[in-house]
Amino acid sequence: MTREEVEGGRDEMEIDGCEQREANAIPEGFDANYLKIYYGKLFPHADIYKWMSYGNDGKHPGCDQSYFGRREFSFTLENDIYLRFQSFYGAYELENSIRENCPVKIDIGPVYSVDPAKRRAYAQTGDNVFTPVERELIFDIDITDYDDVRYCCSGADVCFACWPLMTIAIKVIDTSLRDDFGFNHILWVYSGRRGVHCWVCDGKARRLTNEQRGAIADYFRVYKGNENSHKKVSLTGHALHPFLARSYTEVLRNFFELKLLPSQNLFSTEERYEKILDMIHDESVKSELRGKWQENRRSTSKEDINVIRWEQLKILLQSGKQKGQGLRRGIEEIVFSYTYPRLDMEVSKHMNHLLKAPFCVHPKTGHVCVPIDPKKCEEFDPTTVPTLSKLLQELNMEGAKSEVENDWDKTSLGKSIRFFRTSFLQPLLKSCKEEIESSYKTKLQHSKNSINW
Amino acid sequence: MESARSHRKSIANDVVSTLPLYRSAPALEVRLEDFTLFAMDRLRVLKGISDGLSRGKKTEEMEQLAKDLWRANMRHPQASEVVNKDIISHFVLRLVYCRTEDLRKWFLPMETALFRYRFRHETAEAQRSLMAEFDLSYKAVSNSEFESVKDKLCQVARSIGMSLPTADAIFYKVPFEEVPELVAGRRVFIHKGHAYVASTQVVSLVATQFRSHLSKALILTNRKWTSTIREQEKDRLAPIVEALCTSYLGPDYSQPKGFSEISLKDIDDLVKSSFPLCMRHLFEKLREDHHLKHGGRMQLGLFLKGVGLKLDDAIAFWKAEFSQKVGAERFDKEYAYSIRHNYGREGKRTDYSPYSCQKIISSTPGAGDHHGCPYRHFSEENLRAALNKMGVDGRAVENVMDKVQNRHYQLACTLTFEAVHNSSCDSGINHPNQYFSDSQKILQSKNHSDAKINKLGARENS
Repeated sequence: MTREEVEGGRDEMEIDGCEQREANAIPEGFDANYLKIYYGKLFPHADIYKWMSYGNDGKHPGCDQSYFGRREFSFTLENDIYLRFQSFYGAYELENSIRENCPVKIDIGPVYSVDPAKRRAYAQTGDNVFTPVERELIFDIDITDYDDVRYCCSGADVCFACWPLMTIAIKVIDTSLRDDFGFNHILWVYSGRRGVHCWVCDGKARRLTNEQRGAIADYFRVYKGNENSHKKVSLTGHALHPFLARSYTEVLRNFFELKLLPSQNLFSTEERYEKILDMIHDESVKSELRGKWQENRRSTSKEDINVIRWEQLKILLQSGKQKGQGLRRGIEEIVFSYTYPRLDMEVSKHMNHLLKAPFCVHPKTGHVCVPIDPKKCEEFDPTTVPTLSKLLQELNMEGAKSEVENDWDKTSLGKSIRFFRTSFLQPLLKSCKEEIESSYKTKLQHSKNSINW
Repeated sequence: MESARSHRKSIANDVVSTLPLYRSAPALEVRLEDFTLFAMDRLRVLKGISDGLSRGKKTEEMEQLAKDLWRANMRHPQASEVVNKDIISHFVLRLVYCRTEDLRKWFLPMETALFRYRFRHETAEAQRSLMAEFDLSYKAVSNSEFESVKDKLCQVARSIGMSLPTADAIFYKVPFEEVPELVAGRRVFIHKGHAYVASTQVVSLVATQFRSHLSKALILTNRKWTSTIREQEKDRLAPIVEALCTSYLGPDYSQPKGFSEISLKDIDDLVKSSFPLCMRHLFEKLREDHHLKHGGRMQLGLFLKGVGLKLDDAIAFWKAEFSQKVGAERFDKEYAYSIRHNYGREGKRTDYSPYSCQKIISSTPGAGDHHGCPYRHFSEENLRAALNKMGVDGRAVENVMDKVQNRHYQLACTLTFEAVHNSSCDSGINHPNQYFSDSQKILQSKNHSDAKINKLGARENS
């Protein structure tokens, strides 16, 4: 649908040549020609190269010159042609190939033991000479996995009412990655349509085995099951693990009570409140609440009906606990069900899983996959993320000005690229440099020692 | 130094355990006969552990099981030879199971599990001395540090039902990478990349180290085997080694036998008559939604391959369903490739094997998924409903649910099989394709006997 609109627009512009300058407006949507300009002037090739080199592009003797060349990239071209196992010697080759191929999507894979493009040349003796050796720890959170707890949208749609689910996910996971696991170099990226990606880039993270990645993903996992099973969130025990407790008190509870409760109208209809009642194990509490709510159709007070009913539920459940209700944490289970992050486990568990590169353009929405500042993720609004057409428009308008060094600085992409550099790339590269220098020193020490004696 | 070490060893033997770490191959002479027999005894232990795990037995049960299996199989008439039998049998099995990725994938977790259960049975002192053998760069947590994290440690203990740490409890602070399973189960407090491991959890640390060491050793052994040993031993050890493994892993159903090919038109009937519940559910969902997520496509797709569905028929089958949802063109672009991949026609051309029950039971279906083992992953009501649809009811359903509650998922499936086919299944179900072929066997023999009876009847009447 969008394609036709775009093509129609283009034809008009060609025919009415003199009106071209006035009709600055570039129609919304996604088009390969726009993409060509995007890759030509806006996509931050050099930054991606620097990032993926992790400091190995320097002159220090400890640098591994083969490192960047062993990284897999994959391009999805128009007409769904898929090019896997692309690898490049350096920044120039990477940029050149992207500009030539104009991929609709760029994915980043792991760093392999040998150059991916040459993998067939290496004999596979059964010891698997061609194997991933480094890969960022990644997470993929997609809002469609929450379809059973959001009523405002479903499927690929995202709106102001349900986006907070992504905000919650970022806050919970980011805090844990830093405080619990000690990671520092973390990049959050908008996936372009309905979710977020996370790249953990510390050296320690890149060298994790599949088993360790799976363990981290399991540490984060609370929501289990699907429409076939019943207990989706099961929180037993006399206390919550400190990670879950912190997530609950610092993030989940407030978001649930202050944002989701009213915006999703979680108690406003029978169908919706039955879903919540289903999670309660105490039959007497269940029926008491049901009785109250079935009668009380019209709310007499001005307060939001969802808030009222939630308070009633909490009071009953809390008093029930004292009667020795057992070890189930009813209130927390409900809150966790509606808010706690739902990760795609498979993405995180395997080193060879590909993930879309930041700064790609999403073909269905035209939005650029821009980084999200975890410290300010509450302010992030997916609907205002720059789109391909908007950026090109901005380029057109600023075209003449040559004081600005980079083309992207003339557009709203500038802010994102600057953020990427200052809060992520520069600290990361600094730490990589230190790591390379210190491990080189250690190696020298070792060889000195072995020679000495 | 040599004499001091052996001196220490003979004293230490009273205190230290007899749990070997298999660090290096023993310089022992072994009779060829013992070579095989010792290995087979140990294999029985490992196989028993494997069975126990796939039946979903809990840790305490597994520890007891391992103890019983060891006692039953690893004895030796001469007490002094018991340790040698242990060591020799391990190294022989290393030779046997180092040779392919699949063999290693089975051997490694089984040996690690065995080591872990045996470790748990050692005394605290013996455990500490064993830990000293590992190169663990861990540190016991100081008193002051303990005080600073004490309430978090207590919180963790309460969350997993462990007894609260006392003032003199010993905790170890290790990089979280060294205790993946404790991290996965949220059974430790982690802070800034370090996990605080209780002394009762130390077995995890040790097991991870044991496993990583054994994993590397297996690769090295394989290299040695392929480069020198196999040729040198082609008349003596090689035939023994090659025979030892085949009897224990069972068929993997990756090469369906010729006679069991099925065609598309038969599928719907076969689903009702011979598919296990897990595959039936996936199939029904596919027909209903005209779509399945990745996990379901793999589980069902590989099963169908094992059942005898040829590649072209498979593509036609999936296309017929998926094109109703995503269109034929998108199917060709996005899904056909992975079906061909499953059949080993793309990429690195691995011929993927259909999943066993153990693998399916341990999968983690998430939102929108329908794969996994219904006996494990379905709620009670959903499972009952599904069983009723299969024609299992009354007493039989209760028996199945009883097994499910005790986490004997494969036994539950076996009982279902028996109820549906009205005959016993002594070997138990451990692979969906086995369910299918056993079912077909019964149905075909029924057909034959019916035919026979008809023939008899015809003859009598004529």
